[in-house]
Amino acid sequence: MVLTRTATESSENVCSTFGSRYVRTTLPKYEIGESSIPKEAAYQIIKDELMLDGNPRLNLASFVTTWMEPECDKLIMDSINKNYVDMDEYPVTTELQNRCVNMIARLFNAPLGETETAVGVGTVGSSEAIMLAGLAFKRNWQNKRKAEGKPYDKPNIVTGANVQVCWEKFARYFEVELKEVKLSEGYYVMDPDKAAEMVDENTICVAAILGSTLNGEFEDVKRLNDLLVKKNAETGWNTPIHVDAASGGFIAPFIYPELEWDFRLPLVKSINVSGHKYGLVYAGIGWVVWRAQADLPDELIFHINYLGADQPTFTLNFSKGSSQIIAQYYQLIRLGFEGYKNVMENCRENMVVLKEGLEKTERFNIVSKDEGVPLVAFSLKDHSFHNEFEISEMLRRFGWIVPAYTMPADAQHITVLRVVIREDFSRTLAERLVADIVKVLHELDTLPSKISRKMGTEGLLGDGKAKKVEREILMEVIVGWRKFVTDRKKMNGVC
Amino acid sequence: MVLATNSDSEEHLHSTFASRYVRALCIRFENRFKMPDNSMPKDAAYQVINDELMLDGNPRLNLASFVTTWMEPECDKLIMDSVNKNYVDMDEYPVTTELQNRCVNMIANLFHAPVGEDEAAIGCGTVGSSEAIMLAGLAFKRKWQQRRRAQGLSTDKPNIVTGANVQVCWEKFARYFEVELKEVKLSEDYYVMDPAKAVGMVDENTICVAAILGSTLTGEFEDVKLLNDLLAQKNAETGWETPIHVDAASGGFIAPFLYPDLEWDFRLPWVKSINVSGHKYGLVYAGVGWIVWRTKEDLPEELVFHINYLGADQPTFTLNFSKGSSQIIAQYYQFIRLGFEGYKNIMENCMDNARRLREGIEMTGKFNILSKDIGVPLVAFCLKDSSKHTVFEIAEHLRKFGWIIPAYTMPADAQHIAVLRVVIREDFSRGLADRLITHIIQVLKEIDGLPSRIAHIAAAASVSGGEAKTAKMSLEDITKYWKRLVEHKRNIVC
Repeated sequence: MVLTRTATESSENVCSTFGSRYVRTTLPKYEIGESSIPKEAAYQIIKDELMLDGNPRLNLASFVTTWMEPECDKLIMDSINKNYVDMDEYPVTTELQNRCVNMIARLFNAPLGETETAVGVGTVGSSEAIMLAGLAFKRNWQNKRKAEGKPYDKPNIVTGANVQVCWEKFARYFEVELKEVKLSEGYYVMDPDKAAEMVDENTICVAAILGSTLNGEFEDVKRLNDLLVKKNAETGWNTPIHVDAASGGFIAPFIYPELEWDFRLPLVKSINVSGHKYGLVYAGIGWVVWRAQADLPDELIFHINYLGADQPTFTLNFSKGSSQIIAQYYQLIRLGFEGYKNVMENCRENMVVLKEGLEKTERFNIVSKDEGVPLVAFSLKDHSFHNEFEISEMLRRFGWIVPAYTMPADAQHITVLRVVIREDFSRTLAERLVADIVKVLHELDTLPSKISRKMGTEGLLGDGKAKKVEREILMEVIVGWRKFVTDRKKMNGVC
Repeated sequence: MVLATNSDSEEHLHSTFASRYVRALCIRFENRFKMPDNSMPKDAAYQVINDELMLDGNPRLNLASFVTTWMEPECDKLIMDSVNKNYVDMDEYPVTTELQNRCVNMIANLFHAPVGEDEAAIGCGTVGSSEAIMLAGLAFKRKWQQRRRAQGLSTDKPNIVTGANVQVCWEKFARYFEVELKEVKLSEDYYVMDPAKAVGMVDENTICVAAILGSTLTGEFEDVKLLNDLLAQKNAETGWETPIHVDAASGGFIAPFLYPDLEWDFRLPWVKSINVSGHKYGLVYAGVGWIVWRTKEDLPEELVFHINYLGADQPTFTLNFSKGSSQIIAQYYQFIRLGFEGYKNIMENCMDNARRLREGIEMTGKFNILSKDIGVPLVAFCLKDSSKHTVFEIAEHLRKFGWIIPAYTMPADAQHIAVLRVVIREDFSRGLADRLITHIIQVLKEIDGLPSRIAHIAAAASVSGGEAKTAKMSLEDITKYWKRLVEHKRNIVC
């Protein structure tokens, strides 16, 4: 007699995902599992875990684009399996990159003839772009020094202390000394005069930022250029300028066209811009353009010959996806000059709305300027009971991710909250944010201050010693707090 | 009187190809370098770009590339959902960061890194093996400098020893980071780095020896074990402590599944770091690579940046900063979806299809096979007789059918050998293999019917020469011309 068996195994593949055994086993975390699992289960499990990530569109810490039109999403998906570096296999994609480089070079007023090709390249982001630009400066400077018979073992670069972390990386990885112009309270960008002063014969370039990460301000590149022209005439060192226009490069040309910061200034030899910030493309694309062929030493360029076609390349990365390049081209022709201008003007409007909303609460100082990257950096007027880090924490409850940072040296005692206005941050969201900040302030007002709690504990732990004078306790608290804030390592490492 | 003009108000009714945008000024060739002044509708922009891109090669028929060209639709969905997540925002996207850490640990374990049960592996995700190799090289350079300074010796002439078959990123690393590249030359029939010659070239300034698991040209695995043993001997004699880096860009996701007994990874004591491309046999789209170090000591702390967002400390050591999260998530998807058995099945299928292709090519009787059986699943083959036609012509003719098969010359000292190379990826099925063989046979027949280009050149040379050249001189001209043409080709595809 044959006993009938219930077909429990064959029903495996008809189990709904959440009914299957895969959602009640621990997935391997540190070692690849022995067996495969169905693709639906894999998809669902990962998707569910990722629900606990922050919502990218509410991430107000980042300048990086978080929304694109569905048509562009389609182009992105269609090209996701194209390896950008296969130039001979995908000549149209390569051509699109070249067009983008040329459009951007002309947007920055590079001295090019109508049909002349610009010198530049697409990168994974401004970090790679800056490293390439730095490499070019270093090599040019070395060649110059060698020709003069002088030592070339101590190159340095002059920037403001407000630089993004990639400059520090460049300095450390490529063995160049970083000479930082310190900030001061109320002045949060690089002072051109101090910078020009710090230049010496070993300076490979001075890096100015168009759109400081901390408060969105544009540095005065024109003044830097004029001062350096004078100094170069005296010393003969020919120190060039690089403009880190990661954020500002796609803002200034559209809403501040008279501002001279680009190749219109003769000492500016290279500029980088992030396609994935106000270039309005998803993360993963940057651009670097040089003024002329002479500014990019040929020895750094590799020539790849596929079946006869010569393509010069100069990037740190090799294989990468083509999607963002195509997306950048889409944006450039879809929006055109007027489209970008409209988007930037909207951003600036919404920034003003947010700023005015914050000013009305009368609890904040606005640290960002009106002219610059559309963001609002603000700090509390009164720090005695609560601080910006607490506000940032409480805003998370509503879903907003608003970072709090301390300024770099010498303004480390200043803490700011910063909201970046991106293309997809509409006026409604701005008003909602203000309302939520007001709610948070009310809540904090009712809570005992973390500082006063500390004071209270101190009193309780007084093990029989004479009670300290109130003022001394207050001083201890202030010192402790300052130390806590200063101890936080570099906070401004978000681009 | 107001004249009614309807043309603008009906704009949005026009189908894309009826609209004025497909003949707009801004997309004309002569205006391609300038940003258009005005916007255009998104459907028009989409269509215009989509149509131009039709003229690109078909990625799946691109047999030159090791890089993945197909993933499951579920994964495509995960990719699209995370395309707007900036991977570097670690505090905002802690789960994505956690997934990266899990991948690093899985890969380190796969490579037998000596990591304890509760210890975290040392490594990170990169944009590709180029970045991974530069980071590894940086770590070696810095460690070597530290060691030399401690001994009071000079640190101005670091060098790295590799085979001449290295991928271009090693040359980039050498040039950009000012390290001398000492290449072990190849020879006919030996297309990888000879361990004995390599160790012979090691001196006190050598920061590391780089071995390749899966040479770009022939897919061969270099003998890392022999290199390790020879180097161990030399290190014992000299005290230089020269380490090994294994560039397992292709082989790292093949060897553990098909050749688990092959010792090439951290099981060998002198191997200090390994890189692998997630976007090759890691089976993810272009844009992800991995680097793992043996232990904490192998990554100098001074190269690591600590970023504190709202209190959480996250150490980072990458050249790139902002980048998309999609590929990291896709890599994790593949690891848990496929598991060990899944990867093994795929690699075995690839090897089967490679074998089938190789047999088909051999049966034509016109080719020599250069690739080995053990290694990356690819078939590299050259013509037995290159006097009338060349592999470059064959590659050209195959394009007609849609196949993109590259022809390369070997690096020094085997530059006179030109090969065709077909890479077998996950999505290259048996059906495609059979079809390719049919087309190759067809192309051979076609070419045989054509006059030889070389004879054509000889004729042209003798006509333009003025004086009548002797037959012998023409042959010399031809050989010189050919050598020049061939030497220009560089073999740089990963």
